[in-house]
Amino acid sequence: MKLVTAIIQPHKLDSVKEELYAVNVNLITVSEVLGHGQQKGVDEFYRGAKETGNLLRKVRLDIAVNEDYVEPTIKAIVKGAKTGKIGDGKIFVTELQRCVRIRTEEEGTQAIG
Amino acid sequence: MEAINSGDTAWILMSSALVMLMTPGLALFYGGMVRRKNVLGVLMQCFAMLCVMTLHWVLIGYSLAFAPGNAFIGSLQWFALKGVGLAPNPDYAATIPHQAFMIFQGMFAIITPALIIGAFAERMKFSAFLVFSLLWATFIYDPVCHMVWAVGGYIRDMGALDFAGGTVVHINAGIAALATALVIGRRQGYEDKPTPLHNIPTTVLGAALLWFGWFGFNGGSALGAGAIATNAFVTTHVAAAAAGLSWALLEWFKSGKPTMFGMVTGAVAGLVAITPAAGFVNIIGAIAIGLLVSVLCFFAVGILKPKFGYDDSLDAFGVHGIGGIWGALATGLFATTAVNSGGADGLFYGDPSLLIVQLKAVGITLVYSFVGTLVIYKVVDMIMGVRVAPEEENMGLDLTQHHERAYTVLD
Repeated sequence: MKLVTAIIQPHKLDSVKEELYAVNVNLITVSEVLGHGQQKGVDEFYRGAKETGNLLRKVRLDIAVNEDYVEPTIKAIVKGAKTGKIGDGKIFVTELQRCVRIRTEEEGTQAIG
Repeated sequence: MEAINSGDTAWILMSSALVMLMTPGLALFYGGMVRRKNVLGVLMQCFAMLCVMTLHWVLIGYSLAFAPGNAFIGSLQWFALKGVGLAPNPDYAATIPHQAFMIFQGMFAIITPALIIGAFAERMKFSAFLVFSLLWATFIYDPVCHMVWAVGGYIRDMGALDFAGGTVVHINAGIAALATALVIGRRQGYEDKPTPLHNIPTTVLGAALLWFGWFGFNGGSALGAGAIATNAFVTTHVAAAAAGLSWALLEWFKSGKPTMFGMVTGAVAGLVAITPAAGFVNIIGAIAIGLLVSVLCFFAVGILKPKFGYDDSLDAFGVHGIGGIWGALATGLFATTAVNSGGADGLFYGDPSLLIVQLKAVGITLVYSFVGTLVIYKVVDMIMGVRVAPEEENMGLDLTQHHERAYTVLD
């Protein structure tokens, strides 16, 4: 089992969701986060006072998948989120120790799907 | 010299302040409807009209609209308010200072270009917006205002009735909105679905301020504090109430639940529709105008727009254009001299001729404003480009056009 975490551009959320549904990955958690990588944020001005490098809005996806689904999930996220410009985001894949479905108390690969 | 009436003057000054409040009200009404990365962009465009159009109006706009000229546009005789003093001008309002009439009219000149913003929201460059709006005020608003309201104006002399700006303000801005929506194109990523409204309570607050301000818009258009002003005040309120209710009922029947957004949209449509009629119709007329405008606008927004695929983002055409056209034609149906001897009798009071005149006035405005707006848009687009770059549209107008953001996430 793996946990796929992706940080993407907010306006790409819909196309990423569509690509994930297309490969049968339907269970995702979405949160709003702030951050920046190579984009280095953006300058803002308030009554002439400059605030440099403010963090940009990003969207984070957390998707727990069984081994077979890791590659399709990564490919779907890339396909949906890629523009080829800086700011497209990153995907992190980590080992998932345990997974419990609260309703049934199922564990492991059963609980993920 | 005519005598200044203190009651009339007090009401017109108060009404001017009420109409002024409508532009920030419109800003909030629109601001709630956009995505949150664009809310300041919309508020800024509306507020900028308060600043820019005020200067335009006192320098050349009022003169082009109301100074003696030909049938289509005024002269520059009143440039920078030369000769527009504190004595009344009996051509327009015999009992209030000429400058009171001027500033009351100025508030209309501010909100009209602001209405168009709804059509191209979330994707126009701020610089291009300013140039476009100034040209639009000069070449579209001022002449249409002159034709409809000024002494010797072409549409006024045809006998058309426009009590408070159904033609000058709402049809004019509404059809200009359709023109800009057609040429600027759809917003990215929302080709086949509606964009989410980021804050409906803001929109409700904006609608409430519009309703409040509209008492000055229509009530003040009587240019005095008497019977006609009272009639306009009451019909305005009643039409808004009827339209807000009927939109909600339509939703209830059609999609199962009435919505807050639907009710305020209907109320604003009702205010639009009663505008040309407010001083000429009775309560039955006002209720009919209000109940029916929601049906027409609901159809325009929910069926016509998706069918033709234009992105009139906040329904400036669907509400102001369609509602304005209905109001102008309804004036030809429901007007009665029993309410206002200075008006005329409409079809339902035995005279079909007014309806024909109203149709002609609507037609002329639609054609002139639509074609003129397209020309102005194309000129501005050639000079400086109207639409923001795709990356800027994704990031939002707040950060890219103003280096500012409306809401923080962490602190």
